[in-house]
Amino acid sequence: MNRVAITGVGVISAIGRNVPEFWDSLCEGRSGIAPLQTVDTSTLRFKNGAEVRNYQSSDYFDEKQSQVYDRFSEFAVIAAREAVRDAAIDLTPELKTGGAVVTGACVGGQTSEDKEFEGLYRHNRTRCHPLTIPRIMGNAGASHISMEMGLQGPGFTLSTACSSAAHAIGLAFWLIRSGGAPVAITGGSEAPFSLGLLKAWEAMRVVSPTTCRPFCKDRNGMILGEGGAMLILEPLEAARARGARIYAELCGFGMSSDAGHITHPSTEGPALAMKRALADGNVDPACVGYINAHGTGTDVNDPTEAGAIREIFGDHTENIAVSSTKSMHGHGLGVAAALEAVATILGMHYGILPPTANFTELDPAIHLNIIANQSRPAEVECALSNSFAFGGLNAALAFRRV
Amino acid sequence: MANHLRKPVEEVPLDATFEQLGMDSLDSVNLLFEIEDEFDISIDDQEAKSITSVPQMVDGIEVLLARKAASSEAAPPTA
Repeated sequence: MNRVAITGVGVISAIGRNVPEFWDSLCEGRSGIAPLQTVDTSTLRFKNGAEVRNYQSSDYFDEKQSQVYDRFSEFAVIAAREAVRDAAIDLTPELKTGGAVVTGACVGGQTSEDKEFEGLYRHNRTRCHPLTIPRIMGNAGASHISMEMGLQGPGFTLSTACSSAAHAIGLAFWLIRSGGAPVAITGGSEAPFSLGLLKAWEAMRVVSPTTCRPFCKDRNGMILGEGGAMLILEPLEAARARGARIYAELCGFGMSSDAGHITHPSTEGPALAMKRALADGNVDPACVGYINAHGTGTDVNDPTEAGAIREIFGDHTENIAVSSTKSMHGHGLGVAAALEAVATILGMHYGILPPTANFTELDPAIHLNIIANQSRPAEVECALSNSFAFGGLNAALAFRRV
Repeated sequence: MANHLRKPVEEVPLDATFEQLGMDSLDSVNLLFEIEDEFDISIDDQEAKSITSVPQMVDGIEVLLARKAASSEAAPPTA
């Protein structure tokens, strides 16, 4: 069994087009939530989202590539490029033959799908663009990464709504740990902003008309986000042998299902996922100093998650710093857990824990040690990142400082 | 309301709370959607959260219908 090192990260998000920008925003508690630019919001009850503003495909891709990539695939590839560069890893023929690509995505090529279907339904067009299928398929991000990097090992995409990238990273971790692949690019990407999808979210009545304030008394919902985030995983020994910079060890992964309600979370399911991640990584709960919470800012999630954390950690809960970085990069659905994993390991690596931005006053029903607005210097030995999806599919990742 | 909950009308008393009717969060958003469609009104998310019973719901609909009537009198449709 290999121990697994994280040696590279890549990000494109509302709070930064690369890792240094992303990290700077997290440290400053700077939120990327703003009026949406890419969709006409005049008929929507909410107007804000966490967009990659002024994004131009041509800044990253030539015309031929742009023609076949949806925005969500582009985000995947952009993050993967930076992660590979950041890891300073030489993708030798051996690594290429066995290298894995495991991504999370929730709604796939939404931008392309909406545009093509609008053409049919509204403009009476009689046909779709011939590249519609390769643009909208949920695995397109993983495919384009494997093509660009030349990785021929296991490649797949997981879709578990808001937990997608956590399941992806967790399974890539198990692949490396078991020797099933010598290196993995893993994470998630999402570009969910289309009028159709925003209308569907509007009808759920869980999106905030203002901003995302996780764990606050006056929170009023989630804010959608987009982007891409990728991690490079390799065996710890291999990383040490090549003298790689190691951000952290990915040491545990836990999954569970609520087996309850399709949208209403339970306390038991999330608690089980955390418990299993700790057990999988042989992590003593008393060593956990930080949790990057699922923290959506909805009425139901935040107290439920707080209850689950207390169930696992008991009195130690007071010593655990907790934040939800969704307050800054938004709820990126299929990319959410990957952005949060990067935020967590950068925090551990640099000894600065990112805050919950937009914080006003703690909900008296929530008993957590929240990092409010200002990042907090702290050396933590172990950290958790939580993801709990609609559909009751939960995942938690455990990290250890090396 | 009875249709929505797939219950006989006599099992939905006019003074019932949503909790007594066994409604969950998805039942609530479904009901709000149907009411908006039926009465051609728009119900604010935050205001909707304070409504927890059938009589409150009926009062709320009446307020919104009165508001709608007032605004259509104030600005008659031009076409």
